[in-house]
Amino acid sequence: MSTHDLIVPAAAAAARPWRERLGTMVPILVLAPSIAASFIYVFVFTFWTLYISLSNSSLLPTYGFVGLDNYASLWANRRWNIAYTNLFLFSGFYIVGSMAVGLLLAIAIDQRVRGEAVWRTIFLYPLAVSFIVTGTVWSWLYNPVDGIQAFVRGLGWTDFSFALTANRNTAIYAVIITGIWQSSGFAMALFLAGLRSVDPDLVKAAQIDGASVFRTYRRVILPTIAPIFLAVAVIQIQFAIKTFDLVAALTRGGPGVSTTFPAIYVYDLMFQRGQIGEGAAAAMMMLAAVAVVLVPYSLWIVWRRRAEGRNG
Amino acid sequence: MAEVAPNARFDPEEAAATRRHFWSRFLVYAVLTLFAVVYLVPLLVVIFNSLREQSEIARNGLISVPRSFRFDAWAQAWGSYCVSGTCEGMKRNFFNSLAMTIPATIISTILGAMNGYILSKWRFRGSELIFNLMLLGVFMPGQISLMPWAFLLGKLGLTNSTYGLVLIHVVQGISFTTLFCRNFYVSIPDDLIKAARIDGAGFWRIFRKIILPLSPPILIVTVIWQFTGIWNEYLFGVVFTSGQQQPITAALVALTAGGTTARAYDVMSAAVLIGALPPLLIYLFGGKYFVRGLTQGAIK
Amino acid sequence: MSALMIRNLHKSYGSLEILAGINLEAKTGEFVALVGPSGCGKSTLLAMIAGLETVTSGEIWIGDRLVNSVRPKDRDIAMVFQSYALYPTMTVRQNITFGMESRGVPKAAQAEAVQRVAALLQIEQLLKRKPGQLSGGQRQRVAMGRALVRDPKLFLFDEPLSNLDAKLRVDMRTEIKKLHHRVGKTTVYVTHDQVEAMTLASRIAVMNQGSVQQFDTPKRIYDRPTNMFVAGFMGSPAMNFIPARLTGSTSISVRAADGSDASLALAAPMSAGAPKDVVLGIRPEHIYRFTTDLKSRKPAVASMQAPVELVEPTGAETLAVLRLGDLEITGRFEPDDAPVMGETITLGIDMSRACLFDPTTKALL
Repeated sequence: MSTHDLIVPAAAAAARPWRERLGTMVPILVLAPSIAASFIYVFVFTFWTLYISLSNSSLLPTYGFVGLDNYASLWANRRWNIAYTNLFLFSGFYIVGSMAVGLLLAIAIDQRVRGEAVWRTIFLYPLAVSFIVTGTVWSWLYNPVDGIQAFVRGLGWTDFSFALTANRNTAIYAVIITGIWQSSGFAMALFLAGLRSVDPDLVKAAQIDGASVFRTYRRVILPTIAPIFLAVAVIQIQFAIKTFDLVAALTRGGPGVSTTFPAIYVYDLMFQRGQIGEGAAAAMMMLAAVAVVLVPYSLWIVWRRRAEGRNG
Repeated sequence: MAEVAPNARFDPEEAAATRRHFWSRFLVYAVLTLFAVVYLVPLLVVIFNSLREQSEIARNGLISVPRSFRFDAWAQAWGSYCVSGTCEGMKRNFFNSLAMTIPATIISTILGAMNGYILSKWRFRGSELIFNLMLLGVFMPGQISLMPWAFLLGKLGLTNSTYGLVLIHVVQGISFTTLFCRNFYVSIPDDLIKAARIDGAGFWRIFRKIILPLSPPILIVTVIWQFTGIWNEYLFGVVFTSGQQQPITAALVALTAGGTTARAYDVMSAAVLIGALPPLLIYLFGGKYFVRGLTQGAIK
Repeated sequence: MSALMIRNLHKSYGSLEILAGINLEAKTGEFVALVGPSGCGKSTLLAMIAGLETVTSGEIWIGDRLVNSVRPKDRDIAMVFQSYALYPTMTVRQNITFGMESRGVPKAAQAEAVQRVAALLQIEQLLKRKPGQLSGGQRQRVAMGRALVRDPKLFLFDEPLSNLDAKLRVDMRTEIKKLHHRVGKTTVYVTHDQVEAMTLASRIAVMNQGSVQQFDTPKRIYDRPTNMFVAGFMGSPAMNFIPARLTGSTSISVRAADGSDASLALAAPMSAGAPKDVVLGIRPEHIYRFTTDLKSRKPAVASMQAPVELVEPTGAETLAVLRLGDLEITGRFEPDDAPVMGETITLGIDMSRACLFDPTTKALL
């Protein structure tokens, strides 16, 4: 570097404009590969899959245009109907359930408990392990012969029955319970961060105003962290839409097809049944679902930021 | 709580206050304890079963106090258990996962830090647009990219290879790492950069001397997030690799799906723990950063 | 009867003692200010009066009731917070009525009370707004409205003006004073700003390190501070402290700028038990330019020479930094009669206003 600076021949001076121009280009050059990768990943891949979904591809992608045929046959399929019904059912219970549990835990921890770090560690650890691990372990616990049912019967309650995963009508609830177990810690972490950001004077003011603890939370604290509820809900809906691992490990879509989810069905269509076109159509429907949730949410966020900007 | 001074008068309100305090504390700890049990039991069951004898599990069920103790299941799960014909346990898959996760984490973090630096401190016309474009990647369901990836990996000769998975996770991870780093760097005052430029520092020098020394908190968050995320990923692993090339998540599913007869819960428990151990250790030692990553990832 | 009585109040967190035996009382209708540097325990004391902090030992009486274990809502108090603590998701009206709602006050009575308070504070046009849409001064009014509407026995203010800019702070100070005159409620007001305490309070408790240093009227606290802490804390610029020697029962000597000892006559004789070494405390406004005219008006004036090191005109007055031995002291002068930099002037020190302190105990002699 220093030798470079010492030698100042005429050529270096002449080269300067070129070097300076290069200097201003550096950021863009460094960014370029990421831009290219993101562009391909987001746009090219999406349009590619969109195109496949409009083609008559089966085992291999072919590009004979068939319009919306794949979508029509997808929506006519009983299994797809089960899949998206499951998605709605799962999303509803899973979001409400994990938010309720998460909020309860966050409020409990927020009462200046001893050993806060220990409690938090316990409630959050499931988030660190994969859905595969969670699903596998819980599939054993749900197993009527070896798991919870056997345990309770062993305690002497011999007609106790807990066999969610063995029954078509209840298997979805096993997925829901496991989902809540895995991610209520996430809701707890966000709620706790929110509760901690509330001005402690607000709580004191409510105390002096004579509000009960319940009323203080309902009327004062929770309304101020309302945006966090929405954020948690949006993130969990996304989880729900993309749910694949959990079901794959827990029920493998069964018994029968009772716990089929859109993500499971996409996988099956593409890689088990060789119906790539219809699989791509199903994948596009998943993207659409994500968009339906995220587009209004992002618009709301932008609107809120602007509104805040106006009020200073 | 309130200890009574020796000369204090009798205070009728005090007993009521003490009672109120006791019951509210009791309720709080009762709730926490109840849920802690629910959260911990599955983990304890797996740990116990990995140490129990299979015959004892078969006799007493999965949920039981261990009455036998040995490490055989761990050894089997690690090195000799048979899955679909090959008897090498999980160790290959464990190393596959490492070989996939470590490079993908490092590369995506470096790219994210550079991108974040540029998109926050070297803005140009359209840089916000580019940031938003990258952000979209965060929300894409993986299923959308399955077919294109299958084609691309085929063309690149990376089908059924760890390198292919590294590529996928880097591309997918850029969105997250860029988002994390940009949001962190935005909070570094621009005046610092201006001062450095007046002092004659350029693009790289500012990055090395100013941005990087301030970065450890966000880099730790990003690395933890990427590592656990990639390690735990299943979809791409099961789609694009098979058998000996599979990462540990896919191998776990194959292993536990196996025997329809008497299930080897001891070995499977050990295998599950082997698969869960790296992220769990990271969580236990970097818990603070893990939680920070969660909350930051959430407040997009 | 006193509206508030505090007896030997202690507060500690583990081994950390925050309050060490506070005794305080406020008569009905009185305005008491708690003033002190940050960390002196004044806010903790207020929180304990409000019931937001538990009592370690001692007694708090509001009216004729021992309230140590009484919940905040049952203490018949209202509080204005430093951050105002307005409920951000409620309108101004809901903020004001929230307490009455919690207590089950009938709707009609609520509306009437809101109307009365809003008129008093001139915030009628703000009732439909949310706190986020209000200016700092407006928020301050709403916070006071929320407290006023409760019509409590005791008003508590926790540094209510510290979030406002300088000009607004002075305006709101005046308003609080007017309001207190009009409603006449017993008030305890915490502040770190000694000017606020001086202007508002009928009595001031100066606190430091968890105990009350002096509890007296503003005038007594200003003129006869019980110790060097109070003397130094109250007043700006601060009181000058000058080491001196007692040379007789009626005179002290101080080291002048040229190294010689100047003898100053005391206004009143010292008691026999006083230590030989003392600290002379003199406020900047009791330092004058010496003239014979001054001497005839203020017979207790003592004179000495001092060079002028620095002059700071503020408009209404001019502060001059004067050299006195190793010390710098500050004098406050009329702008028209102010010394100039570099000049050596003859000071006239009004010894009738001087305080003498014991340098070891720091107490007033």
